[in-house]
Amino acid sequence: MATIAAVPGVRIAGGGTSADLRALWVVWKRELIRFRRNRMRIVTSLAQPVLFLFILGTGLSTVISTADHFNFRTFMFPGILGMTVLFTSIFSAISIVWDREFGFLREMLVAPVHRWTLVLGKCLGGATVATIQGAIMLALAGLVGVPYNPVMLLVLVAEMVLTAFALTAFGVMLAARISDVQSFQVITQLFVLPMFFLSGAVFPVTKLPVWLGILSKIDPLSYAVDPIRKEVFTYLSIPPVIRHTFDPGISWGSWNLPVFVEVGLVAVAAVVMLSIAIRQFSRPT
Amino acid sequence: MARRPRLLWQACPVAQTELRSTGALAGTAEPAIVAKDLKKSYKEIEAVRGVSFEVANGEIFGFLGPNGAGKSTTISMLCTLVNPTAGSARVAGYDAVVDQAKVRQRIGLVFQDTTLDDYLTATENLRFHAELYGVPRELVAGRLQQVLEMVDLWDRRDGLVQTYSGGMKRRLEIARGLLHAPSVLFLDEPTVGLDPQTRSNIWKYITELRRREQITIFLTTHYMDEAEYCDRIAIMDNGVLVAIDTPEALKGSIGEDRVELHTDNDQQAIERLMEHFQIKAQVSEGAVTFHVPGGEQFVPRLFAELGVAILSVRVARPTLDDVFMTYTGRTIRDAEASGSERMRSNPWMRARGRR
Repeated sequence: MATIAAVPGVRIAGGGTSADLRALWVVWKRELIRFRRNRMRIVTSLAQPVLFLFILGTGLSTVISTADHFNFRTFMFPGILGMTVLFTSIFSAISIVWDREFGFLREMLVAPVHRWTLVLGKCLGGATVATIQGAIMLALAGLVGVPYNPVMLLVLVAEMVLTAFALTAFGVMLAARISDVQSFQVITQLFVLPMFFLSGAVFPVTKLPVWLGILSKIDPLSYAVDPIRKEVFTYLSIPPVIRHTFDPGISWGSWNLPVFVEVGLVAVAAVVMLSIAIRQFSRPT
Repeated sequence: MARRPRLLWQACPVAQTELRSTGALAGTAEPAIVAKDLKKSYKEIEAVRGVSFEVANGEIFGFLGPNGAGKSTTISMLCTLVNPTAGSARVAGYDAVVDQAKVRQRIGLVFQDTTLDDYLTATENLRFHAELYGVPRELVAGRLQQVLEMVDLWDRRDGLVQTYSGGMKRRLEIARGLLHAPSVLFLDEPTVGLDPQTRSNIWKYITELRRREQITIFLTTHYMDEAEYCDRIAIMDNGVLVAIDTPEALKGSIGEDRVELHTDNDQQAIERLMEHFQIKAQVSEGAVTFHVPGGEQFVPRLFAELGVAILSVRVARPTLDDVFMTYTGRTIRDAEASGSERMRSNPWMRARGRR
């Protein structure tokens, strides 16, 4: 009873910008709490890129002839960073479908806050988690012959943040339309794996047949992986010929896209997908 | 049990008068809920076909009806989760369509299905809610303790919700619905699927809540015995309200006892009742059922004059089951058996579920 008297009623709750920011912050925080608590998820989502890099990468390096001091795993490394970010981001975003299944989504949707705060909080949360996972993979750089240059590491983390945010927004946009968990598999098959393969993560995309080259240029992930690769290759001491083969960049016709254009494209895509996701979640019933 | 509602009205005089245009409690400009001719259609199905009612401040108001009667749809419209096809609703002083955010700030919701995050602890779930509802920071810790103690979960506050039993989860949801001190608390089937002891505990909390927090409670249920706890109940069937009054008044309005017979030949018994006693009877839940004044005195005549072998007789004072039967022509269980097929479109589940 003493506590009852001591604690006044709250009655009219919140409203205004600070309420929106608090909502955004708590949705973001929830992602991190859940991430930290689910150790299995951290391990399993790192297992896949590690397998790709060290088993597939090593296997492929035996059949792909490169100069002695350039290992195919080094080529794959930027792609594997992209893959880690891709899978973690999509997984985070798709948890909205689980939230819907288990009802928690309703707790969020009925709250007296703007829907954009929920969507943005989710995207930032997913992006944070995916960047952490990417950073863990980045720590393995030395094992594939990439030097630990502080500037390079910072630039890579920044690029991963942007990529992770764009991909989470993409995932949230998809999740808005998925009402059952089974569809998650379909989405993975339809979007995630093709995006990964076409992005130049596992093979250089320069000598592809025309149709595959076009698909690769449509793949938004290409524009996220390429800046990461360019950054990594800047710090490798390899002959220009090899760099040209394995780090060709993306060309539209004869124009080789500079990094800032690629990054700009990813940023624009992120904003567009975020807006679509917000609009989908803001529709009245 | 029968005295309980009367005590409650005394605490809350407005509850006695139904459909008053203005609330009479000191300092309140209007009733907690005013619904005017609310309608909702989903394609072919008219889920709610025009309901009007008012709920006074501080009242416990129950919506009673079988699954598929339109209760959940009505509550969804009041909670701003579903926009009505026609009609209007004002909740806590604001229009449920125009001022949705304002309504949501002033209401607490406890859903039929769980909406907790299993991977978070009880405290984390509540803190999440406090942030979303903008509870002033300095009040959060105190409020959190207050509501958790109220539902006896304070000792388990740091346990993951996935380790909770069904009853504990429900209590946590109720605590969460109250965390931001809403002026109207909506409970959609708060006790469905729980064991009798937990159900009775939850009712204890609900009545206690109203006393402590001075809030209006609007709930739906299809348990007749639970409706007894309400100050007033509205009986809903097939999308319309068939009666609104206090449980006492509703039972009193019947004024007859219910007699249930098991006989050798039910059809013949029904015919004989009509011919010989001018009583209309029907088979309900396997028994020939009818209502007569003074049931106990009627039974000896029945044995003497019915002319059909009687296997057993049961005489009961009117209950809300009888009220329901009187207004809808069937028991709530019969209604559920036929109605469950009809409406699978629970808007709570569909709040976001579109493909």
